[in-house]
Amino acid sequence: MDFQTILSLSLQSALGPTAVIYALAAIGLNVHFGYTGLLNFGQAGFMMVAGYALVSFPIVLGLSLWLGALAGLLLTVVLALLLGVPTLRLRADYLAIVTIAAAEIIRQSIGAATLSDTFGGQDGLTGFIEPFRALNPYTGSIGIPGLVTWSAFDFWVMTVGWVLVAISCVVIWLLMRSPWGRVLKSIREDEDAVRSLGKNVYSYKMQALMLGGLFGALAGFITALRSASIGPSFFATDVTFFAYTVLLIGGAARVLGPVAGSIIFWFLISGLGIFFAQATGGADPLIPASIMTSTQASLMRFIFLGLGLMLLMIFRPQGIFGDRRELAIDAR
Amino acid sequence: MHVGLTRIAALFAAFFVAVVVLSGSAQAAVPSVSAGGSAECALPEATDDDSISILVRICDRRDEPQTPVEGVTTIVEDSSGQVVGEGTTGADGTAIVDLPGTAIDNLGQSFTVRIDEQSLPEDTQPEVLERTVAINLDSDQSVTFPIGAAEGAGSGIGVQAAQLFVGGIVFSVLLAMAALGLSMIFGTTGLTNFSHGELVTFGALAAFAVDQLPGAIRVGGINITVAVAVVAAFVLSGVFGWVNDAGLWRPLRRRGTGVIAMMIVSIGLSIFLRNVYQYLAGAQSRNYSQFSATQPWEIGPILLTPKELIVALVGMAMLVAVTSLLQFTRLGKATRSVADNPALSSATGINVERVINLVWIGGAALAGLAGALLGLTQGFDYQIGFKLLLLIFAATVLGGLGTIWGAIVGAFIIGLLTELSTLLVPAEFKFVSALLVLIIVLLIRPQGLLGRAQRVG
Amino acid sequence: MPAEQTTAAAGDTPGNGSRADSTAAREALNQVDHRPGSAKPDPIVVADNVTRQFGGLTAVDVEHVEIQRGVITALIGPNGAGKTTFFNVLTGFDKPQSGTWSFNGRPLSGVPAYQVARMGMVRTFQLTKVLAKLHVVENMRLGATGQSGERFLSALLQRWGGQERQITDKADKLLERFLLDKKRNDFAGSLSGGQRKLLEMARALMADPELVMLDEPMAGVNPALKQSLLGHVKSLRDEGRTVLFVEHDMDMVRDISDWVIVMAQGTIVAEGPPDSVMANKSVIDAYLGSHHDQDLSEDVEEEIIAAAEAEIAGTTKTEERK
Repeated sequence: MDFQTILSLSLQSALGPTAVIYALAAIGLNVHFGYTGLLNFGQAGFMMVAGYALVSFPIVLGLSLWLGALAGLLLTVVLALLLGVPTLRLRADYLAIVTIAAAEIIRQSIGAATLSDTFGGQDGLTGFIEPFRALNPYTGSIGIPGLVTWSAFDFWVMTVGWVLVAISCVVIWLLMRSPWGRVLKSIREDEDAVRSLGKNVYSYKMQALMLGGLFGALAGFITALRSASIGPSFFATDVTFFAYTVLLIGGAARVLGPVAGSIIFWFLISGLGIFFAQATGGADPLIPASIMTSTQASLMRFIFLGLGLMLLMIFRPQGIFGDRRELAIDAR
Repeated sequence: MHVGLTRIAALFAAFFVAVVVLSGSAQAAVPSVSAGGSAECALPEATDDDSISILVRICDRRDEPQTPVEGVTTIVEDSSGQVVGEGTTGADGTAIVDLPGTAIDNLGQSFTVRIDEQSLPEDTQPEVLERTVAINLDSDQSVTFPIGAAEGAGSGIGVQAAQLFVGGIVFSVLLAMAALGLSMIFGTTGLTNFSHGELVTFGALAAFAVDQLPGAIRVGGINITVAVAVVAAFVLSGVFGWVNDAGLWRPLRRRGTGVIAMMIVSIGLSIFLRNVYQYLAGAQSRNYSQFSATQPWEIGPILLTPKELIVALVGMAMLVAVTSLLQFTRLGKATRSVADNPALSSATGINVERVINLVWIGGAALAGLAGALLGLTQGFDYQIGFKLLLLIFAATVLGGLGTIWGAIVGAFIIGLLTELSTLLVPAEFKFVSALLVLIIVLLIRPQGLLGRAQRVG
Repeated sequence: MPAEQTTAAAGDTPGNGSRADSTAAREALNQVDHRPGSAKPDPIVVADNVTRQFGGLTAVDVEHVEIQRGVITALIGPNGAGKTTFFNVLTGFDKPQSGTWSFNGRPLSGVPAYQVARMGMVRTFQLTKVLAKLHVVENMRLGATGQSGERFLSALLQRWGGQERQITDKADKLLERFLLDKKRNDFAGSLSGGQRKLLEMARALMADPELVMLDEPMAGVNPALKQSLLGHVKSLRDEGRTVLFVEHDMDMVRDISDWVIVMAQGTIVAEGPPDSVMANKSVIDAYLGSHHDQDLSEDVEEEIIAAAEAEIAGTTKTEERK
């Protein structure tokens, strides 16, 4: 058992590009669920639309990658409108089911073999990364030698990503201390009351859905940039569920909740993954193969993740930084 | 009240066992009748080698009994349109086309079998010129082309639609069982259960586990191992439902956990169970020991395998039984009253917790049975239920969340739609079209087809 | 019945006091016919042919009704009479199958609830809808209309500080008036039932409504708070607002309302000043039940309970036999 490696790799993951992606996705869900009480289970769909828009501009249309980013943001807003119009007048669970269905529609459609000439089917698209790579100021490997290091490219993605996370947090902080944020929080509590006070609840929910979707779009961009490729498998339903877990670990309706949640989540997931890989690997594994093979070991972190999400929700629904009294979770 | 419940449960179980056993023996008996009816146009014998062969049979339906058609050229193409084999029917009307490569190479692929219209006898007209076969099992596949009079009895699209309709009905019945369970649990507890798919998978896994036990169970010379496995899956799933409720959901209700918090707990449970299933059963697709390859019957131009018929019949019988229970018995009335208003039901002397517990047992048993039967028709893996979850949601929401008839109606709409949509769009879009319809229906009728609009304020 | 009424009136001096300085609006009511659907000299709300059905049940079927401006109007009737549904329709929270209704002459059919509120017709709810996880003062601030900080861009650019201070001042004054100033920084969820009613009323006033619609303001309020709540409702009228309220508490209706509208089975069956309506024997017997004007004496109460128990025991037995 090599705890040095476990710690080092866990840290690499906890601060790395993946943590950035989930922090951004969870910031979006925080706007939806944490502040407004909207159950968006289709965040992966928002990420996918934005990510594919970013990539398709250079690959399919032969236009600039940066124009693609702009298009991605626009398309996310359009998607929010499409989803919001039929569902935002309905009960919360309808939005949950429609958004999860929509995300799956998007994933199956973009990944379809019929459209593989355009979107590359299940293989996805590559070869768009040059304009982004060209801006990379770093070389070699960067980090604290002996503790944690990243490749120059990963560190460049992280730099951009964490800057985006920081800007997003400032935006959320400014908005949620304003009367606008007060209306959102009130809608989470009781939308009829808000309506009776002359606020257009529908419009506010739509704004929240769009804003949260835009943070999802940022997460989609980083997903594509991090791997220098994009594919339908990056946006499975579980991505949304993981982002919810991230949000709930940190604490819903807290500005920094998603950020802390993402770091903790990826530290634990990577740590568990490496721990069980080491425990079952090598010539004389700690856990014999009759109990756990290395394939089974790779599942252990998800088993813990599921268990963890349940226990967290039951025993500490406010997350690590949340205030139990000010909590979205029991709202109907 | 207690006595009544037990008696109903016993009747329920007895009825179910009877249906399964009867259909099991029917399955054994029926094909021989069918074979007798078309003795002249022989069923092709499976080849005895390691590779997968496609057995093409061409029968002239103008004669009674049907006669084999000799000398017809058949061509097999893979999914990209590449010709992989050819054959000519012999005196028995059968052509055997061996697929290149080993069985493993071809698993999961689909092939198109065409017959050369030029090579047919002058005055005849094929009802179907090509069929697509999916190789899901390590066994030979047979394909039948009925040949009719030159006028042509059925048009291509009509036959296709009828065939898809039959497949859609089988799927709908299974979907309806799963959706009914979800809807009943939602109705009585308000929980949108994201781990309902895992109840479905549990049924498929439980049936598989029983099926894999050494030895075969025979009654009067008929192997009923799989039938017993399915019954066992039904019972075990009910137990699993009880464990779910008693171990997790009841304590949460006692704590006063909100419905949204419970929904998120169910997501955690779904992730947990799915990975445990994969841990135990692996990621590969599996099949039960029996029914892996059976000869389809021809009903007109439509093909129907005996197992599909059995699955559909068992499922229908189950749906009728459960809906009758809900409609006419005291337990059913209690269930519906709890779904309508738990507090009021409690005040009128209904033991709400007991009803909810029974609903969990029944709902999980239904879902598990759906899983076992689904595994029977198309094989299964550890996430069969998770893949089905969205369609189950779509069915319940379409019909109206929490309504019993709504779940069934919704399931049939979604089930038929997924199959029939392949007439118009490529098969890979069939789920997409079903989910799109869900969103469109919500736009027009938010409370679902059979749901009632709620009073606001 | 007359005996009961005198006791109630005698025990309520503030009520008599406020009646003494009645305004012109209330005097104008003296000329109005005591019949359903009578025309008022200065109506603020007029509704015609409003029907609302739930499936086969007709919850509301109002032919014509007018609400006089500047007075307190009570909407009463037995359970299931359609009072709350009518309330919901008027305020845009429910859509009727047919009918027209207007506020200050502006037709309201198809106008969403939030716009109705912005026009100056603000309601409260039977089950209070305070925002439990927001502070009391935040609840109050939410009530203010026309906040620039509620627009996305102004919120992001932080252009709302000045207005927020004005709103807070106004909120603090109202909290003081409604005796909630000590609770200012508590979560609204920590308030008692009566305090929630007060908070909801105070929050409604943040919008400066012309017409305040109170849905059962006395439900779930302890007797000690009732008098203070009554005073607050009267103060709304005294500062020139119109009040329409739904209530079951007959003492309150008699005490503070200037006009009473009686609904039963969805229709309006009687109108008039409280004394006249309450004296209407057919209204009492048909729609309020014969026990309405007396507190349930203990033996009557026991009788009812005994009857109910017998009935329950009977059904249980038959059920067990099945």
